[in-house]
Amino acid sequence: MTVVAPGTGTRLVDRFERGLDAPICLTWELTYACNLACVHCLSSSGRRDPRELSTAECKALIDEFERMQIFYVNIGGGEPTIRSDFWELVDYATDHRVGVKFSTNGSRITEAVAARLAASDYVDVQISLDGADAEVNDAVRGEGSFATAVTAMERLAAAGFTGFKLSVVVTRHNVGQLDRFLEMADHYGAQLRLTRLRPSGRGADVWDELHPTAAQQRQLYDWLVRRGEEVLTGDSFFHLAGFGDALPGLNLCGAGRVVCLVDPVGDVYACPFAIHDEFLAGNVRASGGFTSVWRQSDLFLELRQPQSAGACGSCGHYDACRGGCMAAKFFTGLPLDGPDPECVLGHGEHALDARGDIETPRPAPDHSSRPRQVAVALTSSRHGAPDPAAIRMPTADRRPDRSCDEHPLSGYAPGPVPTAT
Amino acid sequence: MPPLSPPSAAPFDPSRPYALHPQVALRPESFGALAYHFGTRRLSFLKSRTLLAVVESLADQPSGLEACRSAGVPAEELGDYERALGLLVDSGMICERVA
Repeated sequence: MTVVAPGTGTRLVDRFERGLDAPICLTWELTYACNLACVHCLSSSGRRDPRELSTAECKALIDEFERMQIFYVNIGGGEPTIRSDFWELVDYATDHRVGVKFSTNGSRITEAVAARLAASDYVDVQISLDGADAEVNDAVRGEGSFATAVTAMERLAAAGFTGFKLSVVVTRHNVGQLDRFLEMADHYGAQLRLTRLRPSGRGADVWDELHPTAAQQRQLYDWLVRRGEEVLTGDSFFHLAGFGDALPGLNLCGAGRVVCLVDPVGDVYACPFAIHDEFLAGNVRASGGFTSVWRQSDLFLELRQPQSAGACGSCGHYDACRGGCMAAKFFTGLPLDGPDPECVLGHGEHALDARGDIETPRPAPDHSSRPRQVAVALTSSRHGAPDPAAIRMPTADRRPDRSCDEHPLSGYAPGPVPTAT
Repeated sequence: MPPLSPPSAAPFDPSRPYALHPQVALRPESFGALAYHFGTRRLSFLKSRTLLAVVESLADQPSGLEACRSAGVPAEELGDYERALGLLVDSGMICERVA
């Protein structure tokens, strides 16, 4: 991303907080159907929703994206390639100058698909992997999923597709593997992308046990300061900015301002981590379509107003972290105008302690194909030691989840910002 | 697909003709515009409406300098705009036109 002045003195971030005519980064979950059942799935995916947008409705939505000049969409799910019209929709989008980056677990990246992808200028691929070895990865993503992802990367590399993304959700168990992920990405000619574990979807069930410890947050920050220019983060870690220097990126919560999510049934949420009625702005099937939801929904207009710093107002780091992630606060039962649960000054931990055992908001709707699973960490995990032996216990049936995750400027290579003010 | 590196173009020369790269789309916004390059998948933010007008007029003007003048850039700001166009050349958003 490059900022090209001359221009007014207003910081770009301040412009973005007031919203744009169209999103910069739009995530579109094509289906809730998934052949995996990752324990941290943001969209609680599993079963297809019978109300899913039809092929014709999807194409009409792409037409709208083209009219709004949404340059590209991040397609996820569920596993989006499961839809029988997936390639038809990808072709339709790229024919209409809407670029596509899609997230996949790799299970449908055959040699033929890899060759096809390598030949396209307008399609990018993101392979999800949450451990640098099968033990760590499969504990979260399921038996055999490491091998599947590696096979997909081998096929993409063999087909000559360089620069695809290797996407990792940073957890307590893989935070020590960041160098290995980077080596892996280099090996396949891919680019590493790291994102934050959110307590959204099924992630709410495992967040306590999987999110990096306070010491690991510091370790992650130091790593990003050292290697951050080599990886994409989708602006995921702006809550760590309180440690010192800002990380590469805009360090902005883009929810409803420059980012949003369209789910498989056409519901529009403020961001991919906020699948809950509280953050539901409207539905693309309503008259006025997506354009009207983006430009006129009460929720989005409200998010574009100046937000209260609340309990964080007296903190000297507020300008850096801006109170952190709205969805992380919401799904851990913390007030939105207070510290992020992973606040680097420890205010979040105190807030979680003070919160006590309340019933946290349950992300709506649940499309899990099985009773929800909870990874129960064994003794050492509190202190950050990898604990792939986490055992899983079924929980009561609840909401859905998603495998891909996006944020404000994900996918944009960080570029020089020579004249940003 | 392999993301293309921005072509290693010669530095911006205000006396030469330019145009928007064919793989670049411009989206006007209140602060200026977003420019997206489908080949490199890079995004740039043009921080003023005047700069947008300059970029839009490039293809119809005999030189980068004339594009600035036709978009109403005051003489004392020409240096700033030339630097901005230089950045857009470096990132492959605009390229020299074969006249």
